[in-house]
Amino acid sequence: MSTITKRDWASHAAYISPEYKSTLLRGVSQSLVDIDPELSELTGPAYGAEVLGPLDHDLTKNGQVNGEPQGERIVVTGRVLDENGNPVANTLVEVWQANAAGRYVHKADQHDAPLDPNFLGSGRCLTDANGCYRFYTIKPGAYPWGNHSNAWRPNHIHFSLFGPSIASRLVTQMYFPGDPLLALDPIYASVPAGARERMVADFSIDVTEEGFALGYIFDIVLRGVNATPMED
Amino acid sequence: MSLKQTPSQTVGPYFAYGLTAEQYHYPQSQIASGAMASDETLGERIRIVGQVFDGQGERINDAMIELWQANAAGRFDHPNDARQSRPLDPNFKGFGRVGTGTTADNSFRFDTIKPGAVQDGRAPYISVILFMRGLPNHAYTRLYFSDEASLNAEDPALNKVDSARRDTLIATRHETSTGVEYRFDIHMQGPHETVFFNF
Repeated sequence: MSTITKRDWASHAAYISPEYKSTLLRGVSQSLVDIDPELSELTGPAYGAEVLGPLDHDLTKNGQVNGEPQGERIVVTGRVLDENGNPVANTLVEVWQANAAGRYVHKADQHDAPLDPNFLGSGRCLTDANGCYRFYTIKPGAYPWGNHSNAWRPNHIHFSLFGPSIASRLVTQMYFPGDPLLALDPIYASVPAGARERMVADFSIDVTEEGFALGYIFDIVLRGVNATPMED
Repeated sequence: MSLKQTPSQTVGPYFAYGLTAEQYHYPQSQIASGAMASDETLGERIRIVGQVFDGQGERINDAMIELWQANAAGRFDHPNDARQSRPLDPNFKGFGRVGTGTTADNSFRFDTIKPGAVQDGRAPYISVILFMRGLPNHAYTRLYFSDEASLNAEDPALNKVDSARRDTLIATRHETSTGVEYRFDIHMQGPHETVFFNF
């Protein structure tokens, strides 16, 4: 018997979250239509080591032109699990972020903070057999945005994951513990209290590499997909 | 279940150099694009073109669309589809990803093949996953084909949808001088709001 756990809507933001203004005209306004999952929902793209370059997991190196990027080096690691605690092995984790000054490489970012010629701010890695992933980067800076007066996004790293099927697809953001901007951020706060805290990484002195990089742990829980392969 | 799902967050306005870097002319590579079929891929070549509109009918220039589909034989390139009677196509993975920020009219375009039906007698379709700034959770929809009207009429998912809204899921077929094109616009809100699914 093949099953997919439903999206737990108590763990996710409402499509229209008025404090986050862009949702007003872009959020789904009508009720979602419930359908029974079929093979199309029990499957999804599988990407493996063939899409990984040697520096893809190290954002401190994959954009270097003539030196080290500016900023505080960090290592981010964690486990990707399903809701039953089973590791999601060999799944692709794509990440992107602003640089230490809070500026994105994206051409549309007009924030008056410097680009870093040695930092691109994107990478990818795979989970191992235990669901563990690990990448090196620079701690991203906060940056202003136009949602409301004096609005600033907290420091964050964007994550995109596949898991075993399109049902387990997840795009989220990882935040940093103790960030005073979290309490003021309508994107973070659009997620119900009690769930939003799951997006905040833990600082770990054990993950921290002596003399090199502070360590953060960010575990990720995807929807569970338990499928018996369909045979003829 | 012992663990709770990690909440979803918007993909934001600046996904392009992370997820669709080559399309947007950044130096990084990307894992998938709108070029889903190669010359060797089996099946009818089709092009899927559309735009994404907000609640005021304005074109959205920072959406990202992903497609997931079976091959021409109706087989998914995934271990959960182990049906030997429907061969895998080594030249088709079935996954595409495009942002709407690189064309003058903010259209997306996928060059793919028309999928086979996953079961005999059922309508073929393509799964669509939509991301954008202002969309806290990615939205799932499906693309069905206008030239499959009789099969569409029997499709269990389409039949869960109010008949007045079913047309939002039907891509319209056009024969053009450069091949078969299906038009599939996505409306986030308004009288033509696209149907999105929960499963």
